[in-house]
Amino acid sequence: MMGCSISIEALTVGYGGIPLVREIDIRLKQGEILTLIGPNGAGKTTVLKSIIRQLTPLGGAVCLRGTRLEQFSDGDLARTVSAVLTQRLKTEMMTCREVAATGRYPYTGRFGRLSARDKRAVEEAMELVGVSELADVDFTKISDGQRQRVMLARAISQEPEILVLDEPTSFLDIRYKLEFLSALQQLSREKGLTVIMSLHEIDLAQRISHKIACIRGDKLDRLGSPEEVFTQGYIRELFHVTDGGCEERTGALELPAPKGSPRVFVLGGNGTGIPVYRRLQREGIPFAAGILWENDLDYPVACLLAAEVVHVRAFAGVGEQEMRRARELIERCSRVICTLKKEETGDWYRAELSELLAYSGEVHRDEKGL
Amino acid sequence: MKRSRCVCGFMILVLLLFAFFAANICAGSVRVPLRDVLEILLGKEREAVFRDIVTEIRFPRALSAGILGGALALSGYLLQILFDNPIAGPFTLGISSGARLSVALVMVVFLGNSAEPGFGVMIMAAFAGAMISMGFVILMSRFMDSASMLIVSGVMIGYICSAITDLVVAFADDADIVNLHNWSKGSFSGIGWSHVAVMFLTVSAAVLAVFFLSKPIGAYGLGEAYAQNLGLDVKKFRILLVLLSSALSACVTAFAGPVSFVGIAVPHMVKYLFRTARPAVMIPACFLGGGVFCLGCDLLARILFAPRELSISTVTAVLGAPVVILIMAGKKQKGDIR
Repeated sequence: MMGCSISIEALTVGYGGIPLVREIDIRLKQGEILTLIGPNGAGKTTVLKSIIRQLTPLGGAVCLRGTRLEQFSDGDLARTVSAVLTQRLKTEMMTCREVAATGRYPYTGRFGRLSARDKRAVEEAMELVGVSELADVDFTKISDGQRQRVMLARAISQEPEILVLDEPTSFLDIRYKLEFLSALQQLSREKGLTVIMSLHEIDLAQRISHKIACIRGDKLDRLGSPEEVFTQGYIRELFHVTDGGCEERTGALELPAPKGSPRVFVLGGNGTGIPVYRRLQREGIPFAAGILWENDLDYPVACLLAAEVVHVRAFAGVGEQEMRRARELIERCSRVICTLKKEETGDWYRAELSELLAYSGEVHRDEKGL
Repeated sequence: MKRSRCVCGFMILVLLLFAFFAANICAGSVRVPLRDVLEILLGKEREAVFRDIVTEIRFPRALSAGILGGALALSGYLLQILFDNPIAGPFTLGISSGARLSVALVMVVFLGNSAEPGFGVMIMAAFAGAMISMGFVILMSRFMDSASMLIVSGVMIGYICSAITDLVVAFADDADIVNLHNWSKGSFSGIGWSHVAVMFLTVSAAVLAVFFLSKPIGAYGLGEAYAQNLGLDVKKFRILLVLLSSALSACVTAFAGPVSFVGIAVPHMVKYLFRTARPAVMIPACFLGGGVFCLGCDLLARILFAPRELSISTVTAVLGAPVVILIMAGKKQKGDIR
């Protein structure tokens, strides 16, 4: 098994002559992982289907190893590209080994008898994705996560150079998601397999992909490394997110911030604020947060959830302007919640924080819960 | 799948086949002891009546029940694969009825001109009728996603064809009716050696072709998209399946008229006997199973109310329909039926 390069040139795809995504240009080197992301219905599956020749492109070309897709014979193509699709694999009274062995179809003779080499390839593929112990179990009697891995084993036993996967991690729990993707990473690293897939989990896409292709509207909106693609605010834009937000660097998602002027001031930092922000969001209470340094763990979440964040540049000292704004907010809010422990507000950390805490004590003297 | 189970399954089927075959030849309104049958076959001198009954009536009849039963079961198996529908069969999809209508029309035309239609003409007529029904069902399957709706439309086509057939039979000349009436209800009676030769050739050619398709059948069964990814030319393959399944059920209809439920029930019974759905096993097993089933049913049809003979469909329906109900109940539990 050895991967190969793929180049997609001015590819236009769609159904029934109506283009869905136009003029896609992508070049992948051997062993690279490309992930397609984009909103539901953007045409990710359509693009993938065109790459595995289940759909005739409306324009442009796909070249594998420099050969145009149309020039492959059915058998050659099957030995070059294998797929894990969203459609259910229909099996009847088949064990997982038999399912994995269906990947050998392009290699066996007229009656599909498995040779010793075929059997070895099947066992190896099952070992690689860790489903060997399921080999004799009926395929319909295993969990979704296991099933998806057997599907991957099936695709690998086809000994492809390119692996195409359509939303392979849907229905998997976090553990299986990670295991599945690390199996893919291993394939790309050790066997040089080229992987093209679509994912809904942006955070995972960001971690595993060498390249990310974003499909928006009817075009390839962005293509590049995850760092190049995920600039501030892009995910919201790509998915037309109006409610809620996403932190591009971590891929963390937050529900929409409560609307209105802040009623609570959260004095936090160092990760202690996040649970409080989320709780306030759940209860629908608008709040302000501060003072946060931009390199604070709390900062990205506060930006998405708080009505206002009093912030300071990373590693910088607190200026008079920020202190003034924080005091104003504390006065205006009916409550202040301090999530910091005493030693963190003490003089040896930031004097400004203990100063604000003391100030809130003066303003909200009668109230409890400080 | 365990090899031993597979061997056992085939042994059971072959034994049953021989047992029913022998029973079919011995039993009937005139009982012929097994020893006499063997002696007749070995060419020893016996009473002429016995010899005629055995060699001219019962032997070809039993052979044709075996061959046609196998053809029906295999045709049902192919249709279930083609439409990805557990209760598809030549009868439920209206293919048998289409073939029957077209054969009835041809027969009436020929008999009206006081000529006997040849086997070639009959088979071609049945095939044409089967293809027309099949075309209609395929057309319907384009518009309907649901598996049960497909069957409903197939059954409706079947009813329409049956109604027209009955009309044709009703208006045929009196003398012809006797001939037509028997056939149009489904029966293995009145089949001679020349029929057997023709059906043997046609059916064995089709079965051989199906067996050579066992690998792609397995791939197609996984689902169209996966089959294509494995390098199968799905369009071409589907046409082959349509042609072969129509040819098999047309052949049955041309000789024996409509025979219900064999096509649906037998593939499922065989699947449970062998506990596998591998085409390389299913194809020969369906053929043998269909033969056994039809021989058994024909035996019952002949001896149950002897000397009156039941139509074959009466028996196959009584035995086959419960199987279909069981399948539906089982699938419903697993949520496989939409």
